[in-house]
Amino acid sequence: MLESSALKVTPLNSLHRQMGAKMVDFGGWGMPVQYSGILDEHQTVRERVGLFDVSHMGEIEIRGPEALDLVNFVSTNNAAKLKIGQAHYAGLLYAHGGFVDDILVHKVADDHYFLCVNAGNQDKDFEHIVESNTFTATVENAGPRYAQIAVQGPRGLETLKKLTATDLAAIKYYHFADGEVSGTTARIARTGYTGEDGFEIYVSPDEAPRLWHELMEAGKEFGIKPAGLGARNTLRMEASMALYGHEIDATISPLEAGLNWIVKFDKGDFQGRAALESQRAAGITRTLAGFEMQGRGIGRDGYEIQIDGHKAGWVTSGGPAPTLGKNIGLCYLPVDKSAVGQVIQVMVRNQPVDAVVVPTPFYKRAK
Amino acid sequence: MYPENFRYTKEHEWVKVEGGTATIGITLHAQGELGDIVYVDLPKVGTKVEQGKTFGSVESVKAVSDIYSPVSGEVSSINEALNTTPEKLNADPHGEAWLIQVKLSIPTEVDGLMKAADYQAYLGA
Repeated sequence: MLESSALKVTPLNSLHRQMGAKMVDFGGWGMPVQYSGILDEHQTVRERVGLFDVSHMGEIEIRGPEALDLVNFVSTNNAAKLKIGQAHYAGLLYAHGGFVDDILVHKVADDHYFLCVNAGNQDKDFEHIVESNTFTATVENAGPRYAQIAVQGPRGLETLKKLTATDLAAIKYYHFADGEVSGTTARIARTGYTGEDGFEIYVSPDEAPRLWHELMEAGKEFGIKPAGLGARNTLRMEASMALYGHEIDATISPLEAGLNWIVKFDKGDFQGRAALESQRAAGITRTLAGFEMQGRGIGRDGYEIQIDGHKAGWVTSGGPAPTLGKNIGLCYLPVDKSAVGQVIQVMVRNQPVDAVVVPTPFYKRAK
Repeated sequence: MYPENFRYTKEHEWVKVEGGTATIGITLHAQGELGDIVYVDLPKVGTKVEQGKTFGSVESVKAVSDIYSPVSGEVSSINEALNTTPEKLNADPHGEAWLIQVKLSIPTEVDGLMKAADYQAYLGA
């Protein structure tokens, strides 16, 4: 429908169509936005298990004796702390302190790091890292070599367990193991973008359709369903996870986005460091906050926020939170007006509707 | 699927005229495109609406969609039930989940709208 021949597709594209998915253009990719419905898919992931095609995500591999030096120079977190088989979240910053992208860094070996990056940013990220490579490391834009399937939800482990000899329970959160899933080489990471337990599996694109079928079959007894980008967005919003182009972009720093925990000033130099140090010294003026609508109306991405009749910020992501049964959102506010309990007005179609600042994340799963 | 006694707009509203009053809703196709509907914003009784002008909105989990009036007139009734059960718009968009009723000011306007067969052809195009 909305797809043109110019759109990139994942190896699962025709499968999505067969399963009745509604397809959309997402950052130049033809992707499923929903199958059975966003609310149903959302609930399936919270209560049982959902399967996501996230093959549009990019992969960048950094290798060589100076791989760590390059990774630590281009990203904000300290990759020297990673053990082999461990992953962490990090920012890829410009010198001025804004985000090129947000990424996951996996340490495969002392001389090999595997980065998972946003679909729409992968070429930009690759060029940025190559330009920053004053080291001997090699940088590969490896996206075409990988498909990625996310198995998310409380029954995810039991589903995946049927197809692999790898001890899944031994993989801790934000760790991964290289093994096999139904006979094909796979990187199995206990990561996700839903706020639930689950796994993200990186495999060869040729194997993805078969793996998808087998996962759907393995999860049948647990009520598995395919889930699209619509549910992925409501799930990550409830978990208050940032989305590039919304909570973060080239004009936003990690300190403003509440991501201080991924900025390690106690390591060596890194891109954006000087800018962040100045910002830290001067103090930030705006910060990301969570809100809950009080009046009737839904705050949506991009809506203006007012306090006492004056423009005070904007909504970065907003909409219904299916698990909570409330209308929620994330927004930028002046630091001195961002405390929990602060009353704000979201401008819904030019009408102010009351909302209140609440703690984030909105949703946290019971351990 | 699309009642013969309704007329339809290119923006996927339907209108049913009985006497001098029009009942207005969104089509089966529209609810399908929107997905799970979570919020409906309707005008107050007494509001003047104009053909082709927006009078309210329907929101799904994902998006906001303006609703355009197929006819001109004054709102005589709104479907209050949709305030608490907006999901009815997904279940029964041509029946129980009508949006508003309008007392027509220009009864002939409706003649310019698509008939069921035309609308279905329009959807197929």
